[in-house]
Amino acid sequence: MARKPTPKLDQLEKGPWPSFVREIKKRADKNATCADLLGVLEKSYEERVGHWKHGGIVGVFGYGGGVIGRYSDVPEEFPGVAHFHTVRVNQPAGWFYTSAALRTLCDIWDRHGSGLLNMHGSTGDIIFLGTSTEHLEPIFEELTQAGFDLGGSGSDLRTPSCCCGEARCEWACYDTMAFCQEMTMHFQDELHRPAFPYKFKIKAAGCPNDCVASIARADLSVIGTWRDCIEIDQAEVAKHAAKGNDIVKDVVMNCPGKCLSWDGKALTVVQEDCKHCMHCINAMPKAVRPGKERGAALLLGSKAPIMEGALLSSVLVPFIKMEPPYDDIKALLEAIWEVWSEDGKNRERVGEFIQRVGMGNFLDAIGLDPDPSMVAHPRENPYVFYDLGGNGKE
Amino acid sequence: MADPVGVLEVADAMYKLVAEAQGQKKLKPGDLSKAAAELFGDRCDKKTCKEAIRLLIESGRCVYTYFGGSFIEIPHKEGAAN
Repeated sequence: MARKPTPKLDQLEKGPWPSFVREIKKRADKNATCADLLGVLEKSYEERVGHWKHGGIVGVFGYGGGVIGRYSDVPEEFPGVAHFHTVRVNQPAGWFYTSAALRTLCDIWDRHGSGLLNMHGSTGDIIFLGTSTEHLEPIFEELTQAGFDLGGSGSDLRTPSCCCGEARCEWACYDTMAFCQEMTMHFQDELHRPAFPYKFKIKAAGCPNDCVASIARADLSVIGTWRDCIEIDQAEVAKHAAKGNDIVKDVVMNCPGKCLSWDGKALTVVQEDCKHCMHCINAMPKAVRPGKERGAALLLGSKAPIMEGALLSSVLVPFIKMEPPYDDIKALLEAIWEVWSEDGKNRERVGEFIQRVGMGNFLDAIGLDPDPSMVAHPRENPYVFYDLGGNGKE
Repeated sequence: MADPVGVLEVADAMYKLVAEAQGQKKLKPGDLSKAAAELFGDRCDKKTCKEAIRLLIESGRCVYTYFGGSFIEIPHKEGAAN
């Protein structure tokens, strides 16, 4: 296919790292959409103006999410990208595929779109980049026949995602994939029919290493943890020491809770000071392990900066046993959604909503008792007035 | 207590609201549920509102749209698609 020169984009092919320009060029030789995509990108770089219009009315019948409409404002110049819609496909929990499933997805996308994929987008979904409106229903039909479904987009429950958990990781404190699958199947209505003030994300991490970065990216972060004491195998600790690892410098002194001590023979821990940070476990695999009483902490409210600044999730439930079918978590989520949907403003994430109404009021509304673990940091303002109770004096 | 209102009646009332607001104000599903609750009082619960919205969408009378947030509108061809 004939392509216009793209000197600015070509700069992005330099260097040893992967280049999206290089990948689009590979497709542009046989796909007019990709050739025009390069053209419109070069134009944007030259003019320093975006040429995309995002959102709109497109979708598949009955669903309010899963398709993100995208149009070019220069369709005469680049007809191949006049429509360039994105399709989000719900990924399997833990992102495990057979090669046959991957080929099926690629074949569908070759038939109906640009052939460009994100495996995976930051939402966790498989992202099909660039198709036109008339192809949306056929894509959906072929995906469902192959056992796939669309993911979330807009003001709905976004596709739940999780780390690979017990499938490959010895630190997983619960079955993240089972939890993710259950949430996805149970909340199909919330996933496909947007009814919230804004998006709501659930991400499940098997341990406090939080490989899916749920604490920064999910409205509900479900992070595996344990309630008892870490397990220490003193013989394995001795092996680490014998290999020349400096246990005091690399492990004890880096412990944020200062709960570890090493006398040259035994590693000891003061359980109540342990922050469950995973540092000693990561530093000395085999020697230190999470405790036996395992479950998860539920944290609420993180988001990236779009309407307001970034937020990290903070503790809502310090510890919960993760037992299918997770009815207690489902009930909690429904209580949160009811309060937020009733009083949340348009495009207000649940973390911003809590900041606006106050944590105390929010907890009252969802029927959860306060817990000291919910205090993210001590109050900074010393001028606090509080009700002593009884006589009305403050 | 009065008899609960039917899903179809709620859907019709919601459709009227959407049609009246078309081109002037975009309504979210939550706006429609709140309006239905005001209109029908305790004859209409949240489950009925949810079913009414689903009926509107699956009958093709309304569609979901996305303009910074998700809304419910009467089907139309948007300018950008021309």
